[in-house]
Amino acid sequence: MSEATASSASFTSKPAIQTSPFVAFNLRLFREKPLGAIGGAIFLFFLFCGVFADVLAPYGVNETDMVARLQAPSWEHWFGTDHLGRDVLSRVLIGAQLSMTVGFLAAGLATVVSIVLGIASGYFGGKVDMFIQRFVDAWMIFPDLLLLIAVVSVVGAGIPQIVIVLGLLYGIAGSRIVRGSVITVKENMHTHAAQSMGARTMHILVRHILPNIMPVVIVLFTVRVGATILTEAALSFLGLGIPPPTPAWGGMLSGTGRTYMYLGPWLALAPGLCLTIVVYSINVYGDALRDLLDPRMRGSR
Amino acid sequence: MTFRSDVGLVRAVDALSLYVNPGETLAIVGESGSGKSVTALAIMGLIGDSGRVERGKIVFENRDLLKTDEAGMRAIRGDRMAMIFQEPMSSLNPVLTIGKQVAEPIVQHRNASWPDALEQAGELLAKVAIPDALSRLGDYPHHFSGGMRQRVMIAMALACRPKLIIADEPTTALDVTVQAQILALLKELTHETDAALILITHDLGVVARYADRVMVMYAGRVVETASARALYANPQHPYTQGLMDSIPGVDGRVGARLITIDGQPPDLANLPPGCPFAPRCQYVADVCRAQQPELETVAVEHLRACFGYE
Repeated sequence: MSEATASSASFTSKPAIQTSPFVAFNLRLFREKPLGAIGGAIFLFFLFCGVFADVLAPYGVNETDMVARLQAPSWEHWFGTDHLGRDVLSRVLIGAQLSMTVGFLAAGLATVVSIVLGIASGYFGGKVDMFIQRFVDAWMIFPDLLLLIAVVSVVGAGIPQIVIVLGLLYGIAGSRIVRGSVITVKENMHTHAAQSMGARTMHILVRHILPNIMPVVIVLFTVRVGATILTEAALSFLGLGIPPPTPAWGGMLSGTGRTYMYLGPWLALAPGLCLTIVVYSINVYGDALRDLLDPRMRGSR
Repeated sequence: MTFRSDVGLVRAVDALSLYVNPGETLAIVGESGSGKSVTALAIMGLIGDSGRVERGKIVFENRDLLKTDEAGMRAIRGDRMAMIFQEPMSSLNPVLTIGKQVAEPIVQHRNASWPDALEQAGELLAKVAIPDALSRLGDYPHHFSGGMRQRVMIAMALACRPKLIIADEPTTALDVTVQAQILALLKELTHETDAALILITHDLGVVARYADRVMVMYAGRVVETASARALYANPQHPYTQGLMDSIPGVDGRVGARLITIDGQPPDLANLPPGCPFAPRCQYVADVCRAQQPELETVAVEHLRACFGYE
């Protein structure tokens, strides 16, 4: 409760900092954005599952048990088994690992690409802007999935290809959004003030532009994590993603999930629900982070 | 000094000549668009891509700033000369702490370590009369009011003890009571460091109180320059006189109409051939419409650009 009084009084006096900033931030997240906090917790749970999937999985991913085929969820097999008697929980866990890897790597790459292109375009303007934006225009003519399918059919399916293509796709498209906010921040007086104090261009970019576009970048990143996980699932669903027997969620849905839908609905439900929950939770979390990380919104609701 | 624009080259400032001595306060007065701010930005070398100084020299500490390259200018800006802007609400970076922002120029220009610079920043904040300065180093700009932020801006500008400070309407966005405090503070601190202060304003009350010398600008040209005292006692240019007359006084009759200067300032892209003030001047003569008046000495240290009128 003392936290609440400290933050409401922060306009007039310095809030007392007794706890570490990290703890304080999470307290604030929980207090002000409970839904976001829950989203974050759920996402962290899946992240944890993904990271420790190898340890957590009760059975081997491709360990078949022909006696226990298409079993409904039970204490031995929480999410049931598929047509080859493989444990669905173990496969969903390894699938989480795969989704998280693709999601984070691709979204990370996309964010870096967006920031670099967006700042170059927005801050330097003029010919640089013109050149980059026409390139982005041209790039955006291609439908995402078409481009992905084209690349995969040329170089073959695999995590690195998918990460690079998804990263470039979303990165180039997202540079528009970054560019827009860079232009706004560039015209802020404090950027001019920094120039008048003799700041170097690199310094202005790092200290004045980048931190002020962070709210946008964070939301962009979190939305991208969700979007890349979904797109990877879509690719795998189409059979163009991670090749079986590696258990990608999309592949599980289209493979065993669709074929045995009536015999074992859990085969589709498990990966499908995981996918939905992960994407939803990261989006909610991203929104909450955006609101909280913007210092202008501190102390106000 | 010209600017590229949609209607062609715009001559924003023309035939301008000014000097400031250490410890002196020069006020540049004029209405919006008269070229005050652009002059200041030109001195700082910050007019941007669309503007250009066509001819002339800007000499600062025996260096021609127009011949100094960007790296050289960067070294000067914030160290030898600094600028204070008119919008304290947006001139501070919202995501950096006050302490960091004030310490920044010290780190950059003096190669100080961050802890040392922060300590100096604390002293600077105390100097600009921010109560409990040390404990506020970690605060963000939104914790501060407009007047406080302008104090922070002053602290920032003074961080490296510059020899020239340009304040571009530093008090426009502030309450009247705060205005006086800020200007008094600025004046006191520049005196202390023997820095020259260029005060850009359209408020003649401010000029009377804080300036040593005044330069009146109209349509990108200097129309009159004199010591503040002489200008008030004896304004020589009809425009200056018009400005003085339009200040509502406390002794004025209640209900009396405010005195204004009729008409609009001329379009800088399309200046009339003669004196730019001619269309609005009540003493206008034929010569004013044909020829541009030059600055001429009318008294000691008192110049005006006008043909006739007495």
